[in-house]
Amino acid sequence: MKKDSLIIANKKFNSRLIVGTGKYKSMSECAKAIKLSGAEIVTVAVRRVNISDKNKPLLMDYIDPKKITYLPNTAGCFNSKEALRTLRLAREIGGWKLVKLEVLGDKKNLFPDMIETLKSTEVLAKEGFKVMVYCNDDPLMAKRLESSGADAIMPLAAPIGSGLGIQNKINIQIIRKQTKLPLIIDAGLGQASDATIAMELGCDGVLVNTAIAKAKKPLEMALAFKNAVIAGRQSYKSGRIDKILMGNPSSPSKGII
Amino acid sequence: MKKIKKIKIKINGKIKSIIQDSNLSMVLKNLKIPLNKVAIEFNEEIIDKKKINKIKLNKNDKIEIVHFIGGG
Repeated sequence: MKKDSLIIANKKFNSRLIVGTGKYKSMSECAKAIKLSGAEIVTVAVRRVNISDKNKPLLMDYIDPKKITYLPNTAGCFNSKEALRTLRLAREIGGWKLVKLEVLGDKKNLFPDMIETLKSTEVLAKEGFKVMVYCNDDPLMAKRLESSGADAIMPLAAPIGSGLGIQNKINIQIIRKQTKLPLIIDAGLGQASDATIAMELGCDGVLVNTAIAKAKKPLEMALAFKNAVIAGRQSYKSGRIDKILMGNPSSPSKGII
Repeated sequence: MKKIKKIKIKINGKIKSIIQDSNLSMVLKNLKIPLNKVAIEFNEEIIDKKKINKIKLNKNDKIEIVHFIGGG
């Protein structure tokens, strides 16, 4: 079979599953889950160093940024100013240019503020960042993001951490049809089959955190998501049959005794 | 004996007393900050980590030190 890589901002990845590193019981569990998921990109948050407890384990000690691509996010930012500040700092930590922009608009539903998101995308693209953008599942906004310089469109399936799965398949399909940019479902998946559905709709990848980290068995779920993404991609590439209303026998009707 | 003068600055939102005429490099060294894993803001401006020994600290300076942690 031909190699089927995911290409984001000219960089090739073999895995189409991106995983978050939050909400795990421990850093070692997180590192094990990443390994089992096969993910080559992981999202990370930028936060203050704990200056009173210097012995606290560091993420970089568990997940080697030379082997796994860190995708710094702007989680917790509610306006463009905060998001830009966060990603500029992230870049300073070690030259990270590939980033996940996420500007939230509401503390309860965590939906993105698309006006602030658009503004930030434009500024970041001009500053040389490669921006993967968390957005709502609105095809018009996706188009605006594309012309603002986004490197990947990442619509939500459902609210962050909700586990509801893809709520608006039609919109995702419309976005797929209109964009050549990597399309990655970000947020709201609950189980492995949700990832398969995303891939079967033609998405280039999925980003999962809570559904793995908070599963009863996170390591098993990490593997399930890995397989689900592969299955969904293969299914999409294989070209599904047309849907028909009535039955169509699988065995020949000729020669019936 | 000459008394060592101290000044108060803010690091990651916490007030810290440091010796007057310290530079940023000395303070970060005392805190055992792994410089290759952090980014630093000095009075709301991101600074080049290579230049921290040139930054003299004054009363009420604000320093933010950030790193990567788990997140989605």
